[in-house]
Amino acid sequence: MLRLPAWLMLVLLVLAPLSARAQETDDAYAALAGSAGIPSAAGFDSVRRGVEQLATSGDPRAAVVIGALQAGQLYARADRALFIKQPDGSFVDARSGAPAPDAAGLRPVRLNNAVRSAIDAALGSLRLFAPDAATRLAAAEAVFKSHDPAALPALTRALAKESDAAVKTRMQQARAAALLSSGDASEADRLAAVAMLRARGDIDARGFLASLSGQPQSVATAAAAAITAIDRQLQLWSILQSVYYGISLGSVLLLAAAGLAITFGVMGVINMAHGEMVMIGAYTTFVVQQLMRAYLPGIYAINLLLAIPLAFLVAGAIGVLVERTLIRWLYGRPLETLLATWGLSLVLQQAVRSIFGANNRDVDTPWWMSGATQLGGLTLTWNRMYIVLFAVLVLAALMAALRYTPLGLRMRAVTQNRRMAAAMGIRTPWIDALTFGLGSGVAGMAGVALSQIDNVSPNLGQGYIIDSFMVVVFGGVGNLWGTMLGALTLGIVNKFLEPVAGAVLGKIVVLVLLILFIQRRPRGMFPLKGRAVET
Amino acid sequence: MLERSTLVALIVVLGGALLLAVLNQATAAASAMHVPTYVIALAGKYLCFAMLALAVDLVWGFAGILSLGHAAFFALGGYAMGMYLMRQIGTRGVYGNAELPDFMVFLGWKSLPWFWHGFEWFGFAMLMVVLVPGVLALVFGYLAFRSRVTGVYLSIITQALTYALLLAFFRNDMGFGGNNGLTDFKDILGFNIQSDATRSALLVISAIALCAQLLVARFVVRSRFGKVLIAVRDTEARTRFLGYRPESYKLVVWVLSAVMAGIGGALYVPQVGIINPSEFSPANSIEAVIWVAVGGRGTLVGAIIGALLVNFGKTWFTGLLPEFWLYALGALFIFVTLFLPRGVMGLFTRREKLAPEPEAETPTASAAHEVTG
Repeated sequence: MLRLPAWLMLVLLVLAPLSARAQETDDAYAALAGSAGIPSAAGFDSVRRGVEQLATSGDPRAAVVIGALQAGQLYARADRALFIKQPDGSFVDARSGAPAPDAAGLRPVRLNNAVRSAIDAALGSLRLFAPDAATRLAAAEAVFKSHDPAALPALTRALAKESDAAVKTRMQQARAAALLSSGDASEADRLAAVAMLRARGDIDARGFLASLSGQPQSVATAAAAAITAIDRQLQLWSILQSVYYGISLGSVLLLAAAGLAITFGVMGVINMAHGEMVMIGAYTTFVVQQLMRAYLPGIYAINLLLAIPLAFLVAGAIGVLVERTLIRWLYGRPLETLLATWGLSLVLQQAVRSIFGANNRDVDTPWWMSGATQLGGLTLTWNRMYIVLFAVLVLAALMAALRYTPLGLRMRAVTQNRRMAAAMGIRTPWIDALTFGLGSGVAGMAGVALSQIDNVSPNLGQGYIIDSFMVVVFGGVGNLWGTMLGALTLGIVNKFLEPVAGAVLGKIVVLVLLILFIQRRPRGMFPLKGRAVET
Repeated sequence: MLERSTLVALIVVLGGALLLAVLNQATAAASAMHVPTYVIALAGKYLCFAMLALAVDLVWGFAGILSLGHAAFFALGGYAMGMYLMRQIGTRGVYGNAELPDFMVFLGWKSLPWFWHGFEWFGFAMLMVVLVPGVLALVFGYLAFRSRVTGVYLSIITQALTYALLLAFFRNDMGFGGNNGLTDFKDILGFNIQSDATRSALLVISAIALCAQLLVARFVVRSRFGKVLIAVRDTEARTRFLGYRPESYKLVVWVLSAVMAGIGGALYVPQVGIINPSEFSPANSIEAVIWVAVGGRGTLVGAIIGALLVNFGKTWFTGLLPEFWLYALGALFIFVTLFLPRGVMGLFTRREKLAPEPEAETPTASAAHEVTG
């Protein structure tokens, strides 16, 4: 037998005064070389044992060695010493990682399917001991998904060492799943495992519990009860998630409609170019980002905070200009206003297309707005959270401006009784221009927010114009609270219909419902009352 | 007794269409007098748009209903015709399926959806061209007018209506070809749809249909019914107090207008060779309103002039300066509303008092203020 001297050497090594753990490691390394050279069943068996032993040995190079084996880069010398072929073609000693000067006479360690699956399992449990908590978490999750009873010893040892609470919980859940899948766990252990999975309460836990079979009666009953409990919980979370999505969509609608609530709701001007004011706000954000990247890279992170007031000013200035040159000739002729502002929207779209091109423009999301957080079963994305917050702030600021500033006072006076306001010395044309500018400026600020969640293209505004009008009409013209409630209702109804009817059909259903609603309540949910209403 | 403008319009439309058709058919391709077929198709398309404009003018100019969704009725009529044309393809489609149109085979459908049955008969399809827009208008109008939705609110919900239909027809599951719509038509009533003769015939038929619609619309607005309608447009509340039911008058003219638009759409499809959901887009409906505004609201003949002028301008501009067309169209909207409230007709008709005087109203910006004009 060719390998006899190697065995003798191994025996010598084994006899050397080493700790039990080190001896195990040595065994493992030696066994790994089993299938180098001529393949044989015993050789593969040896490698498989070697992999399993190495995986549980705690050897720091175990992951590297098994990874190399998987990639076919592990080589053995005739004396069973192992080497790893590096990408550049040189060899390092598998055990120590030191460069190996002499690479003659190496043969690759061969694999068969049994070895390959052993490698997969070993790599999985090895990652349970990784220094990085995220890797350990992922490994525990992988074990949970496979619920392979073979991972139990590794899990038990990993649990003993684990200090991170989140990872520990995940490992316990994985262990519970593996326990339930194994043939020889006690009934009490199984019941505890079911309770553990019930506490986890997500769709994976439910799926696993539903797939259980061959359990004792008491465990099966407990599993069925757990499935019911998880279903209830999941349903609750999904309702909450829909509410959150609805609020998020509602806040987008609110932002788009808030400016319209001023121009249409308060002034009665049908501004079909309102969407284009939103679009101009989004393009202002783009320009601000480009300029800051070029000239102020140091404070680039706050570009949105700078874009908000600028978008307000740019869109507001365009609004004042439009009112002075176009709208003021058309007061009292709403249908003509509608047509003229539609024409204006075409001109603005084409102007932006000529300046910036027809393609979508990239607008960055700052780091503090990206990512998401997990709250129970809810996934809350930061950009959506900020937009909800922003919408609330914009609405509050708008209400405060109308209520507490001198300009707001004059705006309300002109709206309620133009002639009397003029008699009191208010320059009504100027107030008209400023009111229109305010509404357009708010639309511009909405554009900053929408640039974070939508494509910045010349058509950006068109997608929002019908929705915005619907919100304002639904909420009741001239009523900011109504606008807010209208936006939130529409958003939430939309998101609840979506899973039932699909996204497009859901939108159609909402439109049809709205059309029917306007038939019932032509003045919206909160109509204006009193003498101001001339029907 | 016809007034001069209507008479001139009838003669120009009919005579022009016949002249073009004859010049296309009777002269050799090399002759200087020859009218190429693309001009025939283009002229036919304009006449169909003129029918849509006429329909819009009937409701906007005489009942004060500014519809921002009239293209929906136009497109529905077009789809009804398109379905007939699809069924005529038979086994000549790409997949050669005698029963199913190509897009259904592509989507893996096994049988014809129920609403496609009957469209293989021309008569049934023509009935649907009238019925589908008519019934939709009846239901929508009944709900809207009964609850006294007027002015801008009505405009916005008509826009929502066409927007909802746009979204619906984009869906493949609807069974109307989704995004691509209906196309690749082969023949109509056995005549090859691509041939010059068929195209010339369609042009003449469109001209006849347009003239007939003009006469019907003129008859309606000149009748006693039309006088009440104009009263409703000018002061709806007073008309109601005199004992009329404005909603019934509006409903009748609204349905009539939708049917006229549907017929226009049905004639449009074979001449253009395609119908897809973009015909439902709100922009199309608003463009139709501007045709009427350019020609002169409440003049009927003006609507036809406006549709022909603007569409000719569109063809000319998009060929010459494609970038410039949207500027021109936008500027047209603004210019006409600011400086030409009575449109082109207002420039040279002073004697006919059909058009409303532009209301000289004090500027008021009250939220709930409503003027139908």
